[in-house]
Amino acid sequence: MATAAERVSSSEREKLEAIWETAPGLLGTLGTVDHKVIGIRYIVTAFVFLLMGGVEALVMRVQLAQPNMHVLSPEQYNQLFSMHGVTMIFLYALPVLSGFSNYLWPLMLGSRDMAFPRLNALSYWIFLFSGLFIYASFAIGAAPNDGWFNYVPYASAEYNPGPNIDFYALGIIFVGISTTVGSANFVVTLLRTRAPGMSVNRLPIIVWGTMTGSVANLLAVPAVTLACAMLWLDRNYGTQFFDVKGGGQPLLWQHLFWNFGHPWVYVLVLPAMGIVSDALPTFCRRPLVGYTPVAIATVTTMVVGFGVWVHHMFATGIPVLALSFFSAASFIIAIPSAIAVFAWIATIWTGRPVWKVPLLYFAGFIVVFVIGGVSGVMTASVSLDWQLTDTYFVAAHLHYVLLGINVFPVLGGLHYWFPKMTGRMPDERLGRIGFWIIFVGFNLAFFPMHVSGLFGMPRRIYTYPAELGVGGLNLATSIGAFLFAGGILVYLTALLRGYRNGAPAGPNPWDAPTLEWSVPSPPPAYNFAIIPQIASRHPLWEDRLEDVEDRSRLDRGFLLDRGRETLGVTPLDAEPDVILKMPGDSLLPFLLALALSILFVALLVTALWVAAVAAALLLAILIAWLHPVERPLEERLRVDG
Amino acid sequence: MAEIRTLDETLPVQGTGRVGTAWWGMVCLIATEALLFAFFIFAFLYLGTQSAGDWPPGGPPALRLALPNTILLLASSVVLQWGLGGVESRRRGRWLGGLIATIVMGTAFVAVQALEWSNKPFGMGSNAYGSAYFSLTGLHMAHVAAGLIALTVILVWSLLGRFSPERHEHVSLAALYWHFVDVVWLTVFTTVYLVPRFT
Amino acid sequence: MRKGAPLLCAAALPLGGCASRPLDYLEGYSQASRPLVALAWGFSLISLAVCLIIAALVTAALMRRRSPEEGEALAVRRDGGGMRWIYVGVGVSVPVLLAMTVWSIATVRAVAAPPRKPRLTVEVTGAQWFWDVTYADPEIPAGRFGSANEIVIPTHEPVRLVLRSRDVIHSFWVPKLGGKMDMIPGQTNIHWIEADTPGVYRGQCAEFCGLQHARMAFTVTAVPLDVWQRWRRLQLSGALRRPLDSAAAATGQNVFLQRCAACHSVRGTGSGGNLGPDLSGLGARPTLAAGTLPNTPANLAYWIGHTQDVKPGSRMPEVQLRADEQAALVAYLEAL
Repeated sequence: MATAAERVSSSEREKLEAIWETAPGLLGTLGTVDHKVIGIRYIVTAFVFLLMGGVEALVMRVQLAQPNMHVLSPEQYNQLFSMHGVTMIFLYALPVLSGFSNYLWPLMLGSRDMAFPRLNALSYWIFLFSGLFIYASFAIGAAPNDGWFNYVPYASAEYNPGPNIDFYALGIIFVGISTTVGSANFVVTLLRTRAPGMSVNRLPIIVWGTMTGSVANLLAVPAVTLACAMLWLDRNYGTQFFDVKGGGQPLLWQHLFWNFGHPWVYVLVLPAMGIVSDALPTFCRRPLVGYTPVAIATVTTMVVGFGVWVHHMFATGIPVLALSFFSAASFIIAIPSAIAVFAWIATIWTGRPVWKVPLLYFAGFIVVFVIGGVSGVMTASVSLDWQLTDTYFVAAHLHYVLLGINVFPVLGGLHYWFPKMTGRMPDERLGRIGFWIIFVGFNLAFFPMHVSGLFGMPRRIYTYPAELGVGGLNLATSIGAFLFAGGILVYLTALLRGYRNGAPAGPNPWDAPTLEWSVPSPPPAYNFAIIPQIASRHPLWEDRLEDVEDRSRLDRGFLLDRGRETLGVTPLDAEPDVILKMPGDSLLPFLLALALSILFVALLVTALWVAAVAAALLLAILIAWLHPVERPLEERLRVDG
Repeated sequence: MAEIRTLDETLPVQGTGRVGTAWWGMVCLIATEALLFAFFIFAFLYLGTQSAGDWPPGGPPALRLALPNTILLLASSVVLQWGLGGVESRRRGRWLGGLIATIVMGTAFVAVQALEWSNKPFGMGSNAYGSAYFSLTGLHMAHVAAGLIALTVILVWSLLGRFSPERHEHVSLAALYWHFVDVVWLTVFTTVYLVPRFT
Repeated sequence: MRKGAPLLCAAALPLGGCASRPLDYLEGYSQASRPLVALAWGFSLISLAVCLIIAALVTAALMRRRSPEEGEALAVRRDGGGMRWIYVGVGVSVPVLLAMTVWSIATVRAVAAPPRKPRLTVEVTGAQWFWDVTYADPEIPAGRFGSANEIVIPTHEPVRLVLRSRDVIHSFWVPKLGGKMDMIPGQTNIHWIEADTPGVYRGQCAEFCGLQHARMAFTVTAVPLDVWQRWRRLQLSGALRRPLDSAAAATGQNVFLQRCAACHSVRGTGSGGNLGPDLSGLGARPTLAAGTLPNTPANLAYWIGHTQDVKPGSRMPEVQLRADEQAALVAYLEAL
């Protein structure tokens, strides 16, 4: 069917373009609120952090390739493993999914922008600045060195007097602001800014996944913010939250941290599972099997995920009866995952595979997901975990779930949406080569870790003696890691080749069903010339799926061209109920993020007067941001098409 | 090319309350801040139940200042809500009066709490209880202070005539936030001042 | 007098403990660990089976032959039967998960507490980066004696462990004899251990605790009860395990008291330094520096003079001694 844009006059399209395009020059670069630009910035920045975290891992793998090596000192190793974890978990895994969601949501939902465009820009700038803040620690040789979950008392000032852990505590609070602000944006966008008819049972699964994760973030991030604030106060102002001499409790840190940490890991994977649920059907030429069970499974996983945090603390001496509840919940949480796995297998089985690169990633993902899942079930057992915890078995599990359930969908998804983002097809042949190197390298690197863990190799050791008998396994892991890294380079080259001279892509090169494939590639700044009306989950496949009666109207819809406007709808059924005026480019988000950076640096060096000045600056910017704006009370809706 | 036809439908622009987006944003902020306090209360109770000695070490804190202060803060919410009626019915005096009274009452709350703090025999660094007491009540006080700043800014905007019965979203949301801060105080007050008397 | 070393060496033949992989827990030598061995093998095999089945299903789903499509090769269709996959898949997974849960709960009940009341208590306190060990006799308060980095226990006797930490969180773990338990400052965790085969079993700290977490290991030496009782009497007597001519012993002891006693103690010498590990009985220990080096005179001499080379970041400074001082000290310590 003709795209909506073609049915609208070119003068109208030019008018919309003039309204929505990013301003030129510095104002545009620093002040853009275009969700597509912000989304791509998130993805690119996250990939830079992925590569940095990867290099950290490779250096560690050189040190661990054989027993008793002296490539790294213990302090260097400890900083590397800590920064590797912090980088991957905070600076890559969530931001890359935020990037996908930022880019895709308005296009999938039929909207012109996110609900809060300036807040969107703010969440990106804070992410960037907080990442730079944390990495500044490397520049002074004082990177965090107590792991990504940073247990006390080793993290306290008594045992860790340098600034390393202050970078950690303040940095995590800092990046948490980006997460919170971004999550609020996703929640409100989902509930309010969609195309008419895009009811909750027609949403792409990535929207379900990100929505679930965003609600979870709002509820879970405060726990780690609180823990880090308490730690920072203990370290710098003599409070006794965790200090046993003053009646403090080291386990309080663990409870607070894991109340955040466990829901967080589901936030890192549910949107990525959504990527697979949305993109796999395109390469199986049929809709996803079991949309409703998969959507419910997404929410259920997250809800149960709030009730398992103690499974990170099975060896801390908590009474066995209490542990058993958390153990049972940790077994149960595998069930919704099983629903999703069988839905994907069923989609492939009853569909007709199209052998393109994304399909390879999604099929590989299913296998790797299950490996990660079963090793997780093994650690759900309290007594078995008393052997497995703190060994390389857990490192194997966490890499299978994080790389398997986040990175694989990201790689497949990026290849899939690359034509939409850039207007060019990625290099398919190089992409296929990249996949196989990545798949083999990944399994060669991480599968042996299950075995070295069962052989008793503990985590977080900078070296190991030959008599542990794990030298061969570690060598295999190190070789696999380098192979995997090589595969990533091939993958990126495939994208680069496509960007430079790939075949031009039309609006829907993969013949996919969802709304983002109805606009040009890359989309115009205004996304949709007319806001469409949606009647099913697969607007672009309706005429081919015999069992769908209603038809979406992509060629006739609401114009909304009196300035930056988009439609607001009721939360469940998506009926239009308000016209939302969207802000244009603004430097305020960038300035606010800058002021926050000054605040955090001031706190790092405990220069409280500077911090107070930064806080005053924040207030001034907020006042400028939020001041009341004159608007008409009502507007008549205009329909075009 | 297709004609541009006008649909016989008008929709509100920007909307108020649930129809807009700002209300939902404020709800998200309230949700996340509520969890911050919930976790802090969990931490407070955890430290208490795990402590070897008495908790609080010197016995439960006195209600002499805290109870009247609580009533003062709750009353300020009532006053603010009353003043809100003035915005909706274009009664400027009621609105400005209510707003200013709320700011005064909120400031008094902070002052009384600061006085209470100065009378404590322990400090933030004395022990885990001191750390928890001052940090938890201090976190709440910071939220009150933020609310007072917001209300003052809104006072200025009100004096500049930026609000009307149809457009006063900032006012409604600030009132929502203020009520939230009140409810938080009720939970903090109960945890810190009342629960130790019964356990 | 000479009985200690040959006793321990002879009785602690590495029948089970020092197999090719000392920390591997796929074999167990105690009631605390054997149920975990079964669980590890059982769950691993179930998991492997699940992975292979899923991989086979995915491969079959991709590769299976499909009837040639009439018309467009990339037609979109919604064939039925998809939901059955979910019903069957979940229907098979749930009972398996349930069975695993029940097995797991049964195992935890089997290993969480000792089969009978322990007659021996050993207090182990973790410190950066060594293990302080105190043997307590509930019947004889004066029967307490200390050691470090090695725990000697009788076979077939459950031993109660009182686990503490002096500084940061450590974790006590002897894989072949049982699961791990954290040592948390400000908290006392009760654990238990038992060996039913004589041997030397390796233990390792299992919670990241700083620079030398990698080199914080220890040994558990299990010997028959009568051997253990003789060993215990020898420890309490404070006598040298191996004879030295008195002059050499006296010189060595003097060097110890002058250069080492600020941080270390040896039972019977009046020294009380407790910053570093208790050196009583050092000569009989299999390893030095918390499992880092085999216990030989040459290694001991090297360790004393080059601590930062062996364990960079160790709290023990490199102690420079004259050659004769060093020889006397090493001879004395190896005789303990």
